[in-house]
Amino acid sequence: MTRMKRVLTCLMCVLLLVCETTALADDSYDLNKDGFSTSYTYGYDYWGDVQASPDAYRVSEVIDSVHLGLDLLDGKRMNKPQALFARGNDLYVCDTGNNRILQIRYEENGEYSLQRIIDKVNIGGELSDIKSPYDVYVDEQDNIYVADYGNFRVVKMDKDLNWILEFTKPSDATFDQNLDFLPKKIVIDNAGRLYALVQNVNKGLVKFEADGVFTGFIGANNVVVSTAEYIWKRYFQTQEQRSKSEAFVPTEYENICIDKDGFIYATNTVFSEYDLKWDNAKPVRRLNGVGTDILIKNDRYPPIGDLYWEEQTNNQVYGPSRFTDITVFDNDIYVLVDRIRGRIFGYDSQGIMLWAFGTKGNIDGAFNGAVSIEHMGYDLFVLDQLKGNITVFKPTEYGTKIYSAIETYLAGDYDSSATLWNEVMKLNANYPMAFRGIGRALLRQDKFKEAMDYFERAHDRDNYGRAFKLYRKEWVEKNVWWIVLILAVLLLIPVISGRINRMKWEVIMHEQSKVHKDGN
Amino acid sequence: MSRAKSIKTATDSAERAAGRKAWWDSYKAGLKYAFHVISHPFDGFWDLAHEHKGNLAVANTFLFLFLLNRVLKLLCTNFQFISAPVQHINIFEEAFSLLIPFLVLCLANWAMTTLFDGKGRFKDIYIAMCYALIPIWLIQLPLILVSNMLAFDEASFYSVLMSISVIWAAFLAFVGLMEVHDYSPGKTFVFLIVTVVGAAIILFLVLVFFSLLSDALGYFISMYREIVYRLY
Repeated sequence: MTRMKRVLTCLMCVLLLVCETTALADDSYDLNKDGFSTSYTYGYDYWGDVQASPDAYRVSEVIDSVHLGLDLLDGKRMNKPQALFARGNDLYVCDTGNNRILQIRYEENGEYSLQRIIDKVNIGGELSDIKSPYDVYVDEQDNIYVADYGNFRVVKMDKDLNWILEFTKPSDATFDQNLDFLPKKIVIDNAGRLYALVQNVNKGLVKFEADGVFTGFIGANNVVVSTAEYIWKRYFQTQEQRSKSEAFVPTEYENICIDKDGFIYATNTVFSEYDLKWDNAKPVRRLNGVGTDILIKNDRYPPIGDLYWEEQTNNQVYGPSRFTDITVFDNDIYVLVDRIRGRIFGYDSQGIMLWAFGTKGNIDGAFNGAVSIEHMGYDLFVLDQLKGNITVFKPTEYGTKIYSAIETYLAGDYDSSATLWNEVMKLNANYPMAFRGIGRALLRQDKFKEAMDYFERAHDRDNYGRAFKLYRKEWVEKNVWWIVLILAVLLLIPVISGRINRMKWEVIMHEQSKVHKDGN
Repeated sequence: MSRAKSIKTATDSAERAAGRKAWWDSYKAGLKYAFHVISHPFDGFWDLAHEHKGNLAVANTFLFLFLLNRVLKLLCTNFQFISAPVQHINIFEEAFSLLIPFLVLCLANWAMTTLFDGKGRFKDIYIAMCYALIPIWLIQLPLILVSNMLAFDEASFYSVLMSISVIWAAFLAFVGLMEVHDYSPGKTFVFLIVTVVGAAIILFLVLVFFSLLSDALGYFISMYREIVYRLY
């Protein structure tokens, strides 16, 4: 009886253990009370397998309507806010549902306060309402640009909200005059040119000069048609079928952002999963002045967010990552936010994923409707349109070390970069970037063998080849006499053995000739 | 009595030794002949099939080396030239994923060509195809070693040799089939396509067979369960 009991207890223990491990193995949906699980932050290794990672970012504050005092002020909480913009210490939130823009001062120490509410623009003494603003941009001179969607205009005002300029529907023939001018996203470059993402316009970004003159479109999405589809439509469909089937038109971008050098980063969310696999979809682009994509992709996988996803089910979470917004740090690291799973992905200037974190949910650090992302220094601000709040993320020790390692490397200080990568490696031994960084420093110190070892761990073929060539040269120089000796032996053996055989043969022939003579 | 037996065993063992030696000699001759085949394919394959110069043991050796080459290539090639997730690789799976298609294609080719006056028996086809695989492992096995002495920007050297081995083997397979069946080049080409179709049909039949088998088994199992349920 007791034995039976013991066996049963053992079984229960095993069962419990199994349950426990399955609970842990299920990653993002099993969060601890503080909103973090072991796999809240993760990365992909060379093989595309998910590797849990230390947290690169943690939530420091959640800025919501109640804490901002909006309840007491006028009782209007943030309603479907659509965009976020950061300039200096000021955070501008497009409170689209309430037709206003909130200016929030955010201090380094985490204190924040509502600065002012922008809902009217002063046109020569007359106040004009803003109607459902979709985006806001503030330039270096603190001029405020608002994508005044409901009034079909982009309005430029100075910091005291005095009207300066308006960008409205171009009268140019290239702009379809049947369409309303519905600006959704705007960026302004250093020269004051405005690039606007306009709803229903699929020719690219609408470009205006600083004086408000429309000068064309840039960066139209290419139309992707598969060969099979083309043949089907071109040769097998009748005229009626063709007119009824959907036309091939370029898709619109989802969001845009401008970096310090004036390059526009655009995200695209309309594509098929198939295109994504072969990197035809290009969900993230970096557009130059003529609208060509010049984003660098040096990793094995292009920057597409999650590499694996569920097919569509009843569950809401399915399909590939769809990036609703992008923000670019001064060191060309860009951060994307995915609305499908509420995840945030960081990539460096070479297109290598630095970290990924986030999930869906109501706790801090999880999102329901992530819609916009901004940065101040390395702090990240993520706007959730359904929760109506802004989550502030601050980099952890791990995240900060990654950034400073990258920056010291870019600054040319390779040795201190290697020291930092070493520290990163101690925090996360599954981080290829760290191996590569250490390998580079070792290569510079002429430690080829060690460098090769690190490059192999990072699966960096290019650098491994470089280190290997030097190592091979060194090895050949060291062992040149052995090589010569072995080659000489290999060459001499056949020559000598041939001669010996010949001599033997001659002796035999000589003996035989003697025998013949004797016979005679 | 005992003496006679001992004499008999003595001659037996002598015979056996002689047989072993003869076998070993023909095996060695077969190995040597293989190099004649790959360098003079038209002549070599003809004699292989029609002058009985083929040797099944040698052919098996070549096939084994071909499979070994596949496994070693995945495990030992320098990571600069190959992306093999070693942690996920099952060497038997890798070997069988080559062996089974090879055998199915041989079978399909035999099945199709016997119907259209191909001269080759299954054994001839099998031996010829095994001989045709020689360049693959002959070049790629040393290349595994070489890959560990090359840098990434010398990859063209590696890939050129790799493609030479494959093209050579494909050429040998084509000539081999042509000579074994005494076909014209055009007919051989047609039958290459027919062979692939035949292999697909074999695959389909096997799948149908197993699915029917599992259905039948399922029927009996459920019947047994039902009976047991009723009886208790």
